[in-house]
Formats: sequence, C-alpha cells, structure tokens
Amino acid sequence: MKALTLKMPVRYAINTVLLALLLLAGSALLSAGVFGRAQTSVIMQIGVYIILAVSLNVATGYLGQLPLGHAGFMAVGAYAGAILWKALPEGSLSAVAGIIFGGITAAVFGLIIGIPALRLKGDYLAIITLGFGEIIRIAIVNLSGITGGAPGLKKIPKYSNFTLVYICVILTCVIIHMFMKSRHGRAILSIRENEIAAESCGVNTTYYKVMAFTASAFFAGIAGTLYAGNQGIIAPSEFGFLKSIDILVMVVLGGMGSMIGSIVSAAVLTALPLFLQSSLKGFNDYRMIIYSLLLILVMIFKPSGLFGTYDFSLSFLIEKLGVKKSAKGEKQDGAKA
Amino acid sequence: MAQRHDPRLPILAERDLGKTPVIECKKLGIDFGGLTAVDDFNITVGQTEIAGLIGPNGAGKTTIFNLLTKVYLPTRGSMYLNGSDTRDMNTIAANRAGIARTFQNIRLFKELTVLENVLVGLHNKMSYKLPEAVLRLPSYWREERKTREKALDLLSIFDMQDLHGAKAGSLPYGSQRRLEIVRALATDPIILLLDEPAAGMNPSETGELMKNIIKIRDTFHIAVLLIEHDMHLVMNVCEVVGVLNYGRLIAKGSPKEIQDDPLVIEAYLGKKGET
Amino acid sequence: MQFLSQLINGLQLGSIYALVALGYSMVYGIIMLLNFAHGDIIMVGGYLAMLAIGAGVAPAFAVMISIFGCTILAVIIEKGAYKPLRSAPRLSLLITAIGVSLLLQNLALLIFSANAKPFPGTSILPSGSVSIGGLSIGTTAIITIVVSVVSMAALTLVVQKTKIGKAMRAVSEDTEAAQLMGIPVDLIISVTFAIGSALAGIGSILFCCRYPLLTPTMGSMLGLKAFIAAVLGGIGSIPGAVVGGFAIGLAEVFVNSVGLSTWTDAVVFGILIIVLLARPSGFFGRPMVEKV
Repeated sequence: MKALTLKMPVRYAINTVLLALLLLAGSALLSAGVFGRAQTSVIMQIGVYIILAVSLNVATGYLGQLPLGHAGFMAVGAYAGAILWKALPEGSLSAVAGIIFGGITAAVFGLIIGIPALRLKGDYLAIITLGFGEIIRIAIVNLSGITGGAPGLKKIPKYSNFTLVYICVILTCVIIHMFMKSRHGRAILSIRENEIAAESCGVNTTYYKVMAFTASAFFAGIAGTLYAGNQGIIAPSEFGFLKSIDILVMVVLGGMGSMIGSIVSAAVLTALPLFLQSSLKGFNDYRMIIYSLLLILVMIFKPSGLFGTYDFSLSFLIEKLGVKKSAKGEKQDGAKA
Repeated sequence: MAQRHDPRLPILAERDLGKTPVIECKKLGIDFGGLTAVDDFNITVGQTEIAGLIGPNGAGKTTIFNLLTKVYLPTRGSMYLNGSDTRDMNTIAANRAGIARTFQNIRLFKELTVLENVLVGLHNKMSYKLPEAVLRLPSYWREERKTREKALDLLSIFDMQDLHGAKAGSLPYGSQRRLEIVRALATDPIILLLDEPAAGMNPSETGELMKNIIKIRDTFHIAVLLIEHDMHLVMNVCEVVGVLNYGRLIAKGSPKEIQDDPLVIEAYLGKKGET
Repeated sequence: MQFLSQLINGLQLGSIYALVALGYSMVYGIIMLLNFAHGDIIMVGGYLAMLAIGAGVAPAFAVMISIFGCTILAVIIEKGAYKPLRSAPRLSLLITAIGVSLLLQNLALLIFSANAKPFPGTSILPSGSVSIGGLSIGTTAIITIVVSVVSMAALTLVVQKTKIGKAMRAVSEDTEAAQLMGIPVDLIISVTFAIGSALAGIGSILFCCRYPLLTPTMGSMLGLKAFIAAVLGGIGSIPGAVVGGFAIGLAEVFVNSVGLSTWTDAVVFGILIIVLLARPSGFFGRPMVEKV
C-alpha cells in the first residue's frame, strides 16, 4: 500500500463535497436564468435517462441478462407515481412520496416478473421480459379508468425540478455503487461470469438474480415518476419496446458493466438528438438507423463499449492528479470494478 | 500400500478416518434420455481421506462429480454427506453442507480479480445485509477487512497473494487451476473434489501439486476426492482408488491392489505407458 | 358454422405462423440465437413483391423475386453481422440481432415512410370462395393452408432424407464435433438461414395476401408471435413449430372472436409465459442440459 492511496472515508468525504458543489452550481445557474425552459427540460431528461441506463446496467452489465422490458418498469413507476401525485395535496412531501411509491410499485412488478422470468436464461429471458413489457403497456391502454387509456394521463403535477432530479440521480448512482461493491454485488457479478461456478461456491443464484432484477426495476420506476413529473402528461405509447431499446443502446454503448459508461452515454445520447434536431434537419429520421448500426458495430468491434467495465470515482481523479509522479499505487475498492 | 510412495512425500500412516464417512454413495445412478451414464455407484470417503477416481475418457467420472455436487440429480440411489441425506439438496445447499469442487474445464470468474474470486468463495462466511452494505455501516467494514485478510491467507497456500489484483482470466493456466482450488477451499468444505487438477501441468508443477494436495488435507483436515489421468499422481497421493468403466465401478482398493487387478489392467492400465 | 369458419381462419393464420416459426426454430437450433431480424425479413419480402408487381413483373415471378430476395438478405445478414460473433458471448449476438432488426425496420421507414402501403394481393392469389355444404371458405385460406403444409413436408424431407439435412442436424447437435467430422459448418449455417428465410418469404406472401397492408414494423409482431409458436412447440423441432403455429393462430382468432381483440397480443404473450414456466422445452422439444 502506497501512502498516496486515499483512505475510504476520505474518498467519501471528497465525493460528498464535490457533489454538493455541483448541485449548488447547477441550481445557481438555473436560478440565474442561464438556461431556457426547453434546455432545463432537456437537463431533467438527461437525469431521467441516466437513472434508466444505470439501473438497466445492473441487470445487463452486472447480472449479464438481457431484459427487454425496462420501459415497462418505467411505465409502472410513471403511472403509479403520477396517480399518487394527483391524489395527494400539493407539496414537496407529496413529491417525495410519489417518487418512492413509483419506485416501490415498479420493484413489486420487477419481483413478480423476475421470479418466473429468471428461471430462464438468455434469449428466453429477453423474450419473456419483452412480453411482460408489452402486457404492461396493453394493460395501461385498456385500463383507461385508472390510467387514462391510450390518450394518456394528463395534468400531472410538475414536481420534477433540477434539485429533485439531481438528488435522485446521485442517490441512484451511490446506492448502486455501494451495492455492487459488497458481497451482494460480487455474488451478482459471479453469476454473470459463471453461474454454475457461483452455485458451487454456495451463492444463492436465484436470490441474487431476483435481487438485481428488482433493484433494476425499482430505479427504473423512480426514473419513470420523475419523467412523468417533467412531462406533465404521459401516454402508454411512450413506453413501448423501442424505449427499452433506447435505454439498451445507452448501456451497450457506454460499456456493459460500467456505471460511468452508462452515465456518459445516457447524457450524450439524450442531449445530442435534441440539439441536432434543431440544427440538422431530418436528423430524427436517421436517429434509429444510427442507433441500430451502433448496436451492431459496437458488438462486432468493441463489445466492451466505450468504457469497458471501467469505473471511476471523483476522488480517484483527484488521487490521480495528486500522485502523478509516484510509482503505480495499489488500486483499491473504488477505483476498479 | 505404502511401499510405492515417493520418498519426498509424508507416509500416509493409518489414520482415524472418523466414524461417519464424509461421503457415502449407495447405488447411485443416472440416465440421460434412456442412456445409462452411471449405474450402481457405491463409494465411501472417510474424513481426511484422499481418494482417487480413474477410468478411461467417457467412463462417467465427471458425471459422478456432477452428481455429488447436485449439478445433476440422480435417477437412482442415494448419497449422504457427513451422514445426512442429500436428496433435497441443490448445488448451493450441497456446497453449504461441505462439498466444494473444481472443474475440468476451468470455471473461474474471469473478469473478476483473483482476490474477488476468493471473496465469492467466502460469500457465505460474511453475514452483513444489504442495508449495512449500502449505508457502509461498521459491520460492513469489519467483515470486509476480515474476509480480505482471510482470502489473502488462503491465496498464500499457493504463494499467490501478490497476484490478488490481477484479473483471473489473465493468469497462466496452472495458476488458474490453483486459484480454482483456493476458491473451493474458501467455502470451508469438508470434502474437496478436484477434477483433473494436474491437466495441462508440467511434471514439476504436478510434483508441487502432489505436495500441496497433501498439505491441504493436513492443514484443513478435509477429505479429497480427485479425478486424474496422471497415474503417478494418483498412485502416490491417493489412499484409495476407484476405477470407473462404462459408468460402473469395476474395482476399488489401495493403489497397489488396483495396479494388480486384472480387470483394471484390461480396461484401463492395459493401454498405460504414456503419462 | 360460425365456429368452423373461425377454425379455418385460425388454421390460415396458424399455418403462416408455422412457416415463420420454422425459420426461428432452425436458426435457434443451429446457433442458439433468437434471430430478431427474422420477422423483418418478412416485411422486406412484402415490399419486394409489391415493388416487383408495381414494376409490371408477372405475379409468379414477383413471388420468386420476393422469396429469393429474402434468402439473399438473410445470408448477407448471417455473414455480415452474426458470423463475426460466432465465438462471442450469446448476449452480444442477441444484441446484434436486435440491431439488425431495427436497422431493417428503419431503412424501410426511410424508403417507404410509415404510411401503410396497399399490397396487390389479389393479383397473386385469386379472391373468391368455395362453398362446401353451406360453408364458404376463401380460396386464399385454402391456398395458404395447402402451400404451408406442402412447404413443411418438403422441409421435413430435406432435413430427414438428404445429406445436407443430416449435416444440419449434426451441426445443431454438436458444432465442434461436426466440424471435426469434416462438415463445412459455416456453409451449413448459411444454408440453414437461407432455407429458413425462403420459408419466411413464402409466409410473407401468404401473410400479405391476408392482411394486404405493408408497414415497416409489420414484421416485428408477426415475428414475435411466430417465435412464441416455435417455443410453444419446442424450439428445434419441425413438427413442434407446426403445432405451435396452429395453436397460436387458433388462440388469436378465438380471442378476437369473443370480442377481446385489444388483449390479443397480451394473451399470446401470456401463453408464452405460461409455457416457459410450465414446460420450457415446449411440446416436442428436448430439455437442454448444460455440459459441465
């Protein structure tokens, strides 16, 4: 151990301070009116997609499964949260209650779907989750008494503001990070690496698969609620198979198993189309073609994505800057997946 | 039975093998789609005994390991682990009841580090819950630190503690086999199953392995059951050897008895001469 | 009477599903891939036939062009996108297949727009009906069922009796061993894709004659349902795909006829979920045992 490796509590302190500063800076910029209404909405969307990508990464990157119904969990969270919001009196307490409710409802769905689905592997799991996603969407269309049906659920209180989204993004990333850097996280990774070996090490694979899947659904639900609180109106058609694919592209491009990869590619892929749309006419016609080509090319030429399984933390960055001259220090916990 | 022992190895004196065998199989058998892969398999392995299973390729040796570890469920017969019936156990429960194994085609967690591989083996030795991990409570730190030291300790059996940060998949072949043994030991078994531990090793590595198998038995006081084609290893390390042919045990006894058994010579040793 | 005509309806739809399901089943059997793009090949087949007829090609030739086009396209996809990933993790292969599917859909969207195009079905299959004992059956339905049954019988003969069929079975049993026996594995995989897509091409024409509207996404739901049919019957099994196809077709027609048409897709997926949980190997499939 080199003296230049920071102790974990110090790392955590540095991270907390940096994140708080970012929050303050962001809020200051927003309240100073640097960003217009549309741009603020884009920033919020970026936050929502970061949560979606990071949460799908738990099931795809860490657990090594391919659920194709992530948008279904997002929809469950969006509708559950929005319906509760509409029922509760206005207030920040209600805002938080709705988000938690959205997350928990999605997690319950994740649990119900995960227990049977995770008995299957690979392609079967993909198709069964796709099926569940479609069933959820069809149910939302048909249960119009509660959900508003195909035209959508309207007049949702617009609770999602920068602070709320930012805090949710940070909490999601931190919780998932802490989760993965524990015996539970290692168990999940071991299932991805070799399920039979994991079982022969006494790892309860079913339990951990369901755990990862449910966690993934929980955060997707939170993202869904935030999405509803940003849009003010949601319709079932927004939560189809293609939305699941959008999120998958982000995870694959960033690198399955890399949280920072998911964050960066979610941010870029959310912001880029919205900016290019105005400057590059007809970009949207080509967007899905580009996405699909990206999926194929990344898989063939760089299956590990842009970031591989590399994870980094803010404090690690500082460490790097501080110890440039020293010999290779021992990388610890936070620096490596 | 000791007369052919390599003088470098400690002589396997008569030991107390315990009253209850670690593993006892009674008429174990399995069919795959009408094809009998293993039939009427009876074996007992005593505490701290080193037993070997030999036989030509396709004789059903690995199938037996898969039966013992509950990867496959037997069609017939029963198996007792430390005296308790394993009928309702799955692979996970069998491991928790004290059976650990390595694989013929190495199954490491390749993208994880050497240390992490061992830590997965130590998974059930930790008890902190998810909230404790997410909130990074003291119990998390305490157990993680303790387990990490334990893992490094285990790695030191094969002098691998300095490799702890390397990706398991990047290790040379022999080290991968050794890491698999360490990972299996980490689960704190009462019997260790080794599936061709010397495959792909050169003679000096094999010699090292032979010493280590005995050292592991003596340090951890566990039984070892191994499948191996290297007759030198089997005859010098094992106290008892079973010979499998066409899914049936055709002979069982001390290495000396096995070498003199005409059935075995016909089925297996008859074509010996290479390794 | 009502019931009988619904039954014929279900058999017509089911035989199309069966034809498409065979492609999924064969490909899954040989390289363990859920070929997401298979459904979209049907869409391409439909547009090809439409373009050919629009250009004045005789209907019979238009059908040939369409089937041939599907075959070529599938082989190109196999060589270009799947072959480089032969030894990659299955997850990568599956994601690539999804990518190919999206690419085909969006290229079609760019070329033909999202608006539904009418398919000149009547110039391929004559409309009209035959009356048997007061029950009027559309000729399209009869031709569809007959063509499907003949194609499936031909496939069974190829797989069971010919040398190439034997090679296909060997590769799906154990690719490595087949390679060691001197079977040209790459070629056999391509042939499997080609045969599967030729059947999809036939299915495409039959499907478009029944639902004569072409959209870029028409193949995805059809494909998914056919895949479900293949799973239901037991992946890798030819009779399984046929039985599964008929079962899904009949179930769908039945759900529609009791007035729950908005729930049809949900019911089909529900069937899949129940089958996978109760009997993952389907009616005729063999349970897969992972080699340890």
